[in-house]
Amino acid sequence: MSIKQISVFLVNKPGTLKNMTSVLAANSIDMRAISLTETKEFGIARIVVDDVIRAVEILKDADFVASINSVIAVEIPDTPGGLDKILSDFAAVDVNIEYMYSFVLSKADGKAGMIFRVNDTATAESKLAARGLQILSWDEIKD
Amino acid sequence: MERYYQKEIETASREEITAIQDAKIVKQVQHVWDNVPFYRQKMEEAGVSPADIKGIADLHKLPFISKDDLKEQYPYGLLGKPLKDCVRIQSTSGTTGRRVVAFYTQHDIDIWEECCARAITAAGGTDEDVCQVSYGYGLFTGGPGLNGGSHKVGCLTVPTSSGNTDRQIMFIMDLQATILCCTPSYAAYLGERMKELGYGPDDIPLKAGIFGAEAWSEEMRHSIEETLGIKAYDIYGLTEISGPGVSFECSEQKGMHVNEDHFVPEIIDPKTGEVLPDGEQGELVFTCLDKEAFPLIRYRTRDICVLNHQKCSCGRTHVRMRKPMGRTDDMLIIRGVNVFPSQIETVLLNNGYAANYQIIVDRINNTDTLDVQVEMTPEMFTDNIGEIADRQKVLVDGLRSMLGLKAKVTLVAPKTIARSEGKAVRVIDKRKI
Repeated sequence: MSIKQISVFLVNKPGTLKNMTSVLAANSIDMRAISLTETKEFGIARIVVDDVIRAVEILKDADFVASINSVIAVEIPDTPGGLDKILSDFAAVDVNIEYMYSFVLSKADGKAGMIFRVNDTATAESKLAARGLQILSWDEIKD
Repeated sequence: MERYYQKEIETASREEITAIQDAKIVKQVQHVWDNVPFYRQKMEEAGVSPADIKGIADLHKLPFISKDDLKEQYPYGLLGKPLKDCVRIQSTSGTTGRRVVAFYTQHDIDIWEECCARAITAAGGTDEDVCQVSYGYGLFTGGPGLNGGSHKVGCLTVPTSSGNTDRQIMFIMDLQATILCCTPSYAAYLGERMKELGYGPDDIPLKAGIFGAEAWSEEMRHSIEETLGIKAYDIYGLTEISGPGVSFECSEQKGMHVNEDHFVPEIIDPKTGEVLPDGEQGELVFTCLDKEAFPLIRYRTRDICVLNHQKCSCGRTHVRMRKPMGRTDDMLIIRGVNVFPSQIETVLLNNGYAANYQIIVDRINNTDTLDVQVEMTPEMFTDNIGEIADRQKVLVDGLRSMLGLKAKVTLVAPKTIARSEGKAVRVIDKRKI
């Protein structure tokens, strides 16, 4: 079961990322993961939050351009070759990864998770599931 | 010693010039009355007929032609000759509404090229010279005009057109070019590149440059002259009137001599339309005395200018005009290309952007830069950076085909560009000229 991620357009200026986090903080939105990518002129923040719909509305009200998209979350075993094993599943089913970023999956035992953005999330998901890869749902990452 | 291409006419007395203008304006007014219904109607509305025009002193009685008239009469409404007598068009960039398409008979081309020949000769050109024309060739008048002038003078003409700087330099060095024709910003750029390649002013065979189609400062002139080891001459023109060579600088370099036997300049108050006395600043107006196919009469250029009838030490008697000091409309001249903010707006709207934008013009390393800032919209935003870059490129390509210019497109945050409440500041021109 894929999860939803919010992408936010940010211009490259000091304080723009902070403006975004302030808006989310003021509205008690809980962020589970964040990654930032940049070009010469602008950046995109990708966030996974507890209340996607409300977060997008809040961001839009604050004049941010944001979009929702589906991503695949997977637990990464903390052992040598852990990521390699998962990536070999992606390769085996011929799924191209556009980008990925990691996050803390479980605060209690320090498990790591990885979020993958692929071209066609639904197809990738079913192919990966068929290979036995366990794809995390929102309920499994929300704490 | 000052050289002239057509000494007799270029140094004619004021009486002689007036006599030529008197004869030509009478003929020209009759020509447009007979052949251009638009003019006849305009003259009738102004209550003036060919009988009222007995000489150049009666010019002020004739109605003006505006850019809007050109727009309404596009493409054939101002044509003074049947198409079978026309041999060429030239055009400015822009949408249908803004695009000027000017027609030429062979006679009109000859006049134009003669004017360019006068400019090349004034810059010291003879049939011994190698003249490299690095203005764009094509619809733009720069390349074809100077090319024709160079032929008339008898120079060995090197039609490199614009771009491909290293090839330009190869031709300058290998063919020992002595005269360079291009925009001043391109001359500056060529100079810098040659310096980088290790060519000093003494190594460069060029002796003169004829630079026009955009505004440039005295500082820029000196810098180009130093880098290339040349004397740099200014030239002025516009497609509506013919192209480069409507006026040109002599060795004295204190204003550009208007080729008054073909084009009569006036300075008017842009508000009242009243003709202003010599030395006063106002809008520059041109009348084509003997052009056949596109015979504009009292055409308002929207350039702000000053005329000077004082005697010039070069021996030429034709009136001099100062470098235009600005515009009465919102037209920008960027790297020699006429740009209207509305053209940029059209490209944005066609691509699904809001008409909310800002144009930032600057001059960096002597080259004009055009930065179009657009607000990111939910429709245009995607999580995929590659796709955003593709959409930016679509805009850059759209602007290039609309303007004939490479522009930079910068995406900015929503609601950061001032909304058009009253007069929005669409253009920020940072150039110091």
